[in-house]
Amino acid sequence: MEQEPRIGVYVCHCGVNIAAAVDVEHVARAAAELPGVVVARDNTYMCSDPGQALIKQDIREHGLNRVVVASCSPRMHERTFRAAAQQEGVNPYQVEMANIREQCSWVHRDKSRATEKAGLLIASAVAKAARLEPLEQREVDVTPGVVIIGGGIAGMTVALDVADTGLPAYLVEREESLGGRVAELNRTFPSLQPVSDLLQPLIARVQDHPNVTVFLTSCVSQVDGYIGNFEVEISGYGETGTPAGGDPASKSGTPRAGLSVGSIIVATGYDVFDPQRTPELGYRDYPNVITSLEMEERLIQGDLTVDGRRPERVAFVKCVGSRDARLGNPHCSRVCCMYTAKQARLVREMLPEAEVTVFYIDVRAFSKGGEEFYDETRSQGVRYRRANVSEIYRKRSAPGVDAGLAPRAGAAPVLLVAEDTLLGQPIEFEADLVVLAVGMEPRKNAGVIQKLLKLPRSADGFFLEAHPKLRPVDTAMDGIFLAGCCQGPKDIPDTVAQAKAAASSALIPLIRGSVPVESASAVVNGELCAGCAMCADVCPYDAAALDDLWGTSRINPVLCKGCGACAVTCPSSAIHLQHFTAEQVLAQVDALVE
Amino acid sequence: MSDPACEAKPACEAKPACEAKPAYEAKPASPEPRFEPKIVAFLCNWCTYTGADLAGTSRIQYPPNVRIIRLMCSGSVDPTYVLKPLLDGADGVLIGGCHPGDCHYQSGNYKARRRTIALKEILRGAGIDETRVWLRWISASEGQRFADTVTEMTEFLREKGPNPMRTEWAV
Repeated sequence: MEQEPRIGVYVCHCGVNIAAAVDVEHVARAAAELPGVVVARDNTYMCSDPGQALIKQDIREHGLNRVVVASCSPRMHERTFRAAAQQEGVNPYQVEMANIREQCSWVHRDKSRATEKAGLLIASAVAKAARLEPLEQREVDVTPGVVIIGGGIAGMTVALDVADTGLPAYLVEREESLGGRVAELNRTFPSLQPVSDLLQPLIARVQDHPNVTVFLTSCVSQVDGYIGNFEVEISGYGETGTPAGGDPASKSGTPRAGLSVGSIIVATGYDVFDPQRTPELGYRDYPNVITSLEMEERLIQGDLTVDGRRPERVAFVKCVGSRDARLGNPHCSRVCCMYTAKQARLVREMLPEAEVTVFYIDVRAFSKGGEEFYDETRSQGVRYRRANVSEIYRKRSAPGVDAGLAPRAGAAPVLLVAEDTLLGQPIEFEADLVVLAVGMEPRKNAGVIQKLLKLPRSADGFFLEAHPKLRPVDTAMDGIFLAGCCQGPKDIPDTVAQAKAAASSALIPLIRGSVPVESASAVVNGELCAGCAMCADVCPYDAAALDDLWGTSRINPVLCKGCGACAVTCPSSAIHLQHFTAEQVLAQVDALVE
Repeated sequence: MSDPACEAKPACEAKPACEAKPAYEAKPASPEPRFEPKIVAFLCNWCTYTGADLAGTSRIQYPPNVRIIRLMCSGSVDPTYVLKPLLDGADGVLIGGCHPGDCHYQSGNYKARRRTIALKEILRGAGIDETRVWLRWISASEGQRFADTVTEMTEFLREKGPNPMRTEWAV
């Protein structure tokens, strides 16, 4: 049934996100004059309830049969507006979006040119909308099951939540054992509970759970498919202990398993900053300059001696490799303030006679109970000194230090050169043991996962969530979710919280049993088809085949994924891809190129 | 369809009694009005379109000369999609797809590559400057690369000057 297009255009201010760079009222007025447009309006937030109510009201009052929303990317809110239109009886496939935020207002500062471009993008969307045909919404069944990449505390939490619903969870860990980074830690903050008390029962539960399959020394080597139906190949992770980096193909062994799952969760964790990149701090030059992670190991072993001597002066240097744009890490690692307070407190307990000093830029003790813990740490005699440490070195005159004896000079104190930023004075401070509070960085081989799953990363190199506030565990790829420090630095409670959020998000399609899929398949016009079967040759899904009786092509709409390769290939122009027809695209071109 | 003689009106039929609107149609008063090329971009939904979105969420600035049309796959770019804008007066056409091996539809980008090579041959034969057509692989995570590509292409076309086909085909 051919309908006369009656189009409503809705231009969103998105607060100031669009309105700051685009004259929204102006483009809305201009849109009102486009062919087929019955009504054009602007609103502060089209995606809000009042914004959607406006669309619904107009559909009723003006008898709209097509809706154009000029706002954010269709990846963000196409579903929202399709659902709103559908509630009023407009086919969801007759809703078109003009992306004037991500692809206009956020990337152009020149207001007049951004406004001009927004107007063109809206005209293009209107031109397409006028030619949109109603389509039937299709759903596909999902394969139950979740693959979780990374067997740290985040991955294990997800695995247990998934498995407890009765669905299979596949936990892939490249090391020989579960536990991840948390297994390297001594005690938690602020409760000072031994980490093994919480980690060991968790590992045991994961290993004993009938619905969890653990793949150790394994990695994900191949991922195909889409939300609800991913095909994941698991391979061996080569020799254990190989440093991170490189592509999995060269290191992985033979494929171990091919899994069909509905969702994937990335919980690959973080790397620790290597202070050899700050050579001025003397790490590796002096054995009594160690990282906080090495300190955790010493605390586990209960041995703080340096070359057999108990240190009398212990110094902590914070923000090593964090909050430093020079090193490419402008971000705060969020845990160093608290673990430094924890380590300082434990040192006070183990070496009551030692002097413990923390050199800090700022103290950020924001986690629950954090500020109280920090106060308690200071009241127990840990000295906090606001100072930027610029250099750590050892004086030539220090005992035992000369060229020949250098390796034996482990116990000789080092000198911290710093600027006390409260006094505004340079200071020197002698210490027997220096702990560098190293920050968190993205995994060095995060690029491998990035490529495998096509995940974007933010400027800091961590994986990018779909929305910083509203979709913090989703990614740009439907059905793939983030948990833990692969998305950004976090402490254990935040990691577990995000893991649980990721687990429930990943379970939504699995419990629902089906996911909506692209209804826009290719369609053959039998009258024009000459039966050359070139479409069958190019179709990657074997969806196109010649009809036995008529000798013309038929496309199976269930197999067709809507790539459109056949439509371009067909020499008779007998195939069109629904929702992206040549007529629609060329109308868009016309609108864009006046 | 717009006639330079009818002043500062939008390209579409202006309705009467339309209040005074800001003169955005007028070019900004810069001392030396630069040539601003028009680029039509056909971006695949899964990689380059998402990469362009990432440029937005990362607030990476690039010239507004590019106008994007979203397609599902670079392999669905019909030669007419490229020819029509060039004949209508666009100064360049950008086709953006997934990196080789990364196509959401397995092999659409390879089809786009073959087709583009053949199309460029035809364009050359027809006397149309084939360097105005760019095919680039930009993934969903390469917002910077998208912005860089648009900047580079805008500069390239600015240097090259307006598309002569526009005047030759105008009636």
